[in-house]
Amino acid sequence: MAVETRNMRKFLNDPSQVVKESLAGLAAAHSDLVRYDAAAQIIVRKDAPKRGKVALISGGGSGHEPLHGGFVGMGMLDAAAPGEVFTSPVPAQMLAATKAVDGGAGVVHIVKNYTGDVLNFKLAAEDAADEGIKVTSVVIDDDVAVQDSLYTAGRRGVGATVLAEKIAGAAAENGADLTKVTDLVKRVNDRARSFGVALSSCVPPASGKVIFELPEGEIELGIGIHGEPGRRRAALGTASEVVDVMVEAVVTDLKAKRGSKVLVFVNGMGGTPLLELYLVYGEVDKKLRKAGLEPVRNLVGSYITSLEMAGASLTVLELDEELIKLWDAPVHTPALRWGV
Amino acid sequence: MDAATITSWMREINVAVRAERDHLVQLDAAIGDGDHGTNMVRGFEAVVQALDADGGSPPGKLLILAGRTLVSTVGGASGPLWGSALRSGGRVLGDQPNFDGGQLVEVLAAALASVKDLGTASVGDKTMVDALEPAVETLRARLAEGVALDRALDDAASAAETGMRATIPIQARKGRASYLGERSVGHQDPGATSTALIVRALQKAVGQGS
Repeated sequence: MAVETRNMRKFLNDPSQVVKESLAGLAAAHSDLVRYDAAAQIIVRKDAPKRGKVALISGGGSGHEPLHGGFVGMGMLDAAAPGEVFTSPVPAQMLAATKAVDGGAGVVHIVKNYTGDVLNFKLAAEDAADEGIKVTSVVIDDDVAVQDSLYTAGRRGVGATVLAEKIAGAAAENGADLTKVTDLVKRVNDRARSFGVALSSCVPPASGKVIFELPEGEIELGIGIHGEPGRRRAALGTASEVVDVMVEAVVTDLKAKRGSKVLVFVNGMGGTPLLELYLVYGEVDKKLRKAGLEPVRNLVGSYITSLEMAGASLTVLELDEELIKLWDAPVHTPALRWGV
Repeated sequence: MDAATITSWMREINVAVRAERDHLVQLDAAIGDGDHGTNMVRGFEAVVQALDADGGSPPGKLLILAGRTLVSTVGGASGPLWGSALRSGGRVLGDQPNFDGGQLVEVLAAALASVKDLGTASVGDKTMVDALEPAVETLRARLAEGVALDRALDDAASAAETGMRATIPIQARKGRASYLGERSVGHQDPGATSTALIVRALQKAVGQGS
């Protein structure tokens, strides 16, 4: 039975069980890749822990699928700790994930910069250290919409998270040590910038209400991924005009050298079809080339979403030969798969 | 005051956040992500259950148990913040079976210190600190003036509510609301609002005991 309120028509049995039931479904669909520890509420790579391999875990609120559970598998994450919808997981989940994947070579926590995620991961890392596990943490903060970190909680972690998980995960798979894997997460974060736009709001299952009202003809510029409103509101223009704003924001902040090779990640927020995402990619590709950058790799699709929100985010990562090689390396997870 | 005071404080909080859940969700939806009411209800529901299952621990230990329960059930920012606050407060009391007003001030001051430390927030950032700090300061000052504990707690709760309302015109500088920049102005902070409920619940719990 679906559950319906004035604002919501969703596939639900019981809104309070949506995360658990979805995780069980993910594990049922991909039992060759992952297992679901229901008691700890974590998704773990089937063959974890891998002796001698640096492990990567991430986590955060649910509602961003396939992030993070969909990125658990060969060449990416070893475990994911999903919280309730738009709510960070609790330290016990990250600790359980850390213990489940530790193969003796250390564990990297990839944390998106949101106050709740940072605080809960901090407590979990302290607990893990108390249990004798080597843990490093990297906070991802690539969202250029947040300009002034002195007067805010700092830039949010968004699209670069997916790229960091893929690239550092490949290095870990190849046997890189804890320092190297940690540095790669930092490097991707340093060289990536993102900017998101919402064309509609979204409805968390627990409340059944839209998270913000968006008047007809208006869009939110500079959104995060938890349905929070953006930095400012603007009139909905043509795709070309909206992409101009996104590219301008990202390129100005990235300050990449002319002629730099870049990875372009056009991400759907959940409710925007590929028809439009490819249209957006086409615009982005043209405008980046005009700005003197060379897109040599890309990822187009809905990978870090905000429930059913319509909209898209753009992430541009400045590449070098090592990052390209790691991006191209085989990956086999529920949501990303190539080279295998 | 003793262990029963702590238990009834937690019960009063549970009742208050339940009653105000939709209001907290609304406030949070305006400048955050709309989960604050749901999270606080889930957390204090679990706290009450944990305290019910406890067999006769002293008040300090009950606070630590409550804090640990919040950390492990709430998530978000309020889980670690209130969890650490209650654990720090509980450590002040050690194993002693009773505590007085002066010690209650120290419990709340330790809670405030841990919130400020973990959240790196100060008064004026539009956070729970805007309600908690004036409450602690008021309670300390009133008791020093020789005011009776229940009156002093009433004033502390009023100070928290004043601090809560004072967050309305402020631009947020911490937490998710800070991403809104100027658009956070004109909205009451949900964390300060639940904090005011928590201080008011303390006044009610202590009032019942006397």
